[in-house]
Amino acid sequence: MPDLRVRGFAGGISSPNPFWLASAPPTNCGEQITRAFDAGWGGAVWKTIGEPVTNVSSRYSATDWNGQRIMGFNNIELISDRSVETNLSEMAEVKKRYPNHAVIASLMVESTREAWHEIVARTEDAGADGLELNFGCPHGMSERGMGSAVGQVPEYTELITSWVKEKARTPVLVKLTPNISDIRTVARAAKRGGADGLSAINTINSITGIDLDTLIPRPNVDGKSSHGGYCGPAVKPIALNMVQQVMSDPDAALPLSGIGGIGDWRDAAEFILLGCGTVQVCTAAMHYGYRIVEDMAEGLDNWMRSKGFNTIEDFRSLSLPKVTEWKHLNLNFKIVAHIDEQKCIGCDLCHIACWDGAHQCIHLDRVSGPIDGHVELHPIPAEQEARSRAAIASTPVTRREREALADGHGPYSTPLARIPRVDETECVGCNLCSLVCPVDECITMVRVDNGLPPETWEERTRGANCATPSQ
Amino acid sequence: MSTATLPDDPQLRQRFSELKPPLAPQAAVIEANRCLNCFDAPCTVACPTHIDVPGFIKRIASGNLRGSALRILDANILGGSCSRACPVEVLCEGACVMHRHHREPIQIALLQRHAMDLFHDSGEALLTEEPLPRKLRVACVGGGPASLACAAELRRQGASVTIIERRALPGGLNTYGVAEYKLRATDSLREVEMIRRMGVEFRFEASIESGADLDSLEAEFDFIFLGVGLGAMQRLGIPGEDAEGVMNALELISAYKTGHIREITGTVVVVGAGNTAIDAANAARRLGAETVYLLYRRGEGDISAFDFEYEHAKQEGVQFLWRRQPLAIQPGKHGRLLLDTVLVQQVDKTLLPILNSQYSIECDLVVPAIGQSPLSQLMQELRHIEVRHGRIVADRATGQTGNPRYFAGGDCVNGGREVVDAVADGKRAALSMLKLTEVADA
Repeated sequence: MPDLRVRGFAGGISSPNPFWLASAPPTNCGEQITRAFDAGWGGAVWKTIGEPVTNVSSRYSATDWNGQRIMGFNNIELISDRSVETNLSEMAEVKKRYPNHAVIASLMVESTREAWHEIVARTEDAGADGLELNFGCPHGMSERGMGSAVGQVPEYTELITSWVKEKARTPVLVKLTPNISDIRTVARAAKRGGADGLSAINTINSITGIDLDTLIPRPNVDGKSSHGGYCGPAVKPIALNMVQQVMSDPDAALPLSGIGGIGDWRDAAEFILLGCGTVQVCTAAMHYGYRIVEDMAEGLDNWMRSKGFNTIEDFRSLSLPKVTEWKHLNLNFKIVAHIDEQKCIGCDLCHIACWDGAHQCIHLDRVSGPIDGHVELHPIPAEQEARSRAAIASTPVTRREREALADGHGPYSTPLARIPRVDETECVGCNLCSLVCPVDECITMVRVDNGLPPETWEERTRGANCATPSQ
Repeated sequence: MSTATLPDDPQLRQRFSELKPPLAPQAAVIEANRCLNCFDAPCTVACPTHIDVPGFIKRIASGNLRGSALRILDANILGGSCSRACPVEVLCEGACVMHRHHREPIQIALLQRHAMDLFHDSGEALLTEEPLPRKLRVACVGGGPASLACAAELRRQGASVTIIERRALPGGLNTYGVAEYKLRATDSLREVEMIRRMGVEFRFEASIESGADLDSLEAEFDFIFLGVGLGAMQRLGIPGEDAEGVMNALELISAYKTGHIREITGTVVVVGAGNTAIDAANAARRLGAETVYLLYRRGEGDISAFDFEYEHAKQEGVQFLWRRQPLAIQPGKHGRLLLDTVLVQQVDKTLLPILNSQYSIECDLVVPAIGQSPLSQLMQELRHIEVRHGRIVADRATGQTGNPRYFAGGDCVNGGREVVDAVADGKRAALSMLKLTEVADA
């Protein structure tokens, strides 16, 4: 039976499972964290503790997509607006009740050695299992020389990390901002400063949208807005890439707590496959509540079972070696699209996507007769639509008319004329059709043996032979 | 001046509450987002007016509701009534690829209604500027969907059009003949009002009955479009048919829709099993009839009504008497009627009565609903326009009849199809008139 426990992460943090709540509104107070642990979360990073702030009213905004709420989420909330004393006394209480769960204190104070030494000591006295230095908050705090103002400058990151390490007895994680051209530069600085681990990524600078009636961007604070931090499902691909970059760089790689758009066990597994030892969740918990962790734990457990993994360490980083630079990809690998006629529903989205967005090689010519070859040999899509709209159609009012309409479909449930055909001589194997197809497994990309040995761009252009690429 | 309308009737509204209530705005967006946006979409192909269905649905999803309505109106000026009256199960929604995806088809009709209702509620005029005037004058005879579509298309392109309607209200069967729980007469009239505001002239309670009427039309107009529909409903051809308490389906439907019948009690027998028969039977139930029989001379598998209409009638509590034919209507006790019937069986191609199977049904109302008879032979006699099997013969693509100044469309040509078919006919006729004019002007 799989064991989801995390043991000795970043030199000493353990938790019943790798699912932690990120430093954010869901970890604002002890009462919430208690309920979160009861719901099944393995750890919580306390909402950033520091000199209490005043927050604005109207703090969040979101990007909806295709009728779905919160594809991306944006906030302009600052760190905790509760006193350090209150946060720490509640933390001590939580730790007493949940000695085996991970309670990490996210910290942000002014950039002086004394201030950092003081907060580290107080927090560790309260019983924190580890510290997370918030060098990532992209709004408000950064204007005061904290948050991402630190995280965007490798020297500051290294310096403050080293101050903290002078004092800290518990593991120190540095939370990285993505609002920088190469996240590795700051990760390396944190490592040089002595960090035990990293958390990535913090939120991405964003303006989610503008109210087209009032012309005021969201969120609206008395007629004005301010850029916020973007998170939620939309940022996951960006986070995964940054996680891969950090973990593939020997000078940057450290035990990493993955953050960014994680909402279910699949997301969590992907972050762990790229090297993360734990994962942190915020937006999904804000959207649906703490209970989402149940499926995260069960789903990961079931997947690990099906793959024969017993512990998190069994599969951690397994996908890392499968990411490489472009120049190491095999140029002679060839795939083409294959349409399963039995599954095709005749939406013909692959046809128009290939014509307008790819390489003009998916045609509607099964009835009129297949034509292989370049674009100029085929009627353009607009002609097909014009023909349809010029046709005379009428309501089938009699039973016989209705039955006649149902006939003439050919061997498949979709009429043959609407099942597209791939011209494999022209298909470049780009995947677009399989991505737009609404039916699972209807369009698959099939390997074609072109008889060529593997060859990368680096190999092809190496030395004197670079002028004569093989055919 | 706006066209005449009907007063709001709360009792009617309550008794004929809508079969398919409208979508709430957010539900519409969610439903719109389900649409796959198919290429050369089968729903558009199936629609006789070829409404750009994915196009108007995507506009709902994006919040461009005015654009959505204009997209619909561009193809089908009666997009509002079609969204309510169309048998979409055998048209756009029947063609939706979602069926093959093992999902519910997109609710195209309700989405179309959503966009159209908002447009009509806004009261916006369709033509925001006067089209370039054109030297073309057309008379549309009959104020139903075919003529309305023909007139609107012609007006969009600057022709002057006059609709000549024999009744007091425009809209034809849209106003007088579609079940109220599908399409309210007031909604039909609102749609006609939009067309009137485009500059279409109306002459009400004016019928064309003689050669002199035709002469004056020809003197005043360049082309004449015949959108006259079908004639009165066919008679049963049995004794006692003219008794009080016998009222054909269309009379019944138009009477309740215009407030002339507000209640029915007792037992009603509807004779026939088409869509109109079912509309009449359901109406009788909703107006209060305790028992409603639908009498049909053939079996369940032979009815011409759509499957979903048959299912609906069963839900309304209509009872079906199969393989029974009416013989005579006689006076019964207490002012009621006795409908004599007999069981029949099919021998080769004819239906023969079965011995000793006669049975008389005591009832209060008999409603013949066995189809509409063709219009009078006026056109054939006076203008040599061919009428075959009771239908005016017109070119399918242009609507032109054998007499080049006369065009025709809708039920009088197709023998009785749907509103959307009439709209398509009217639009095609208008476009071919315009094309002829351009050729003549060139």
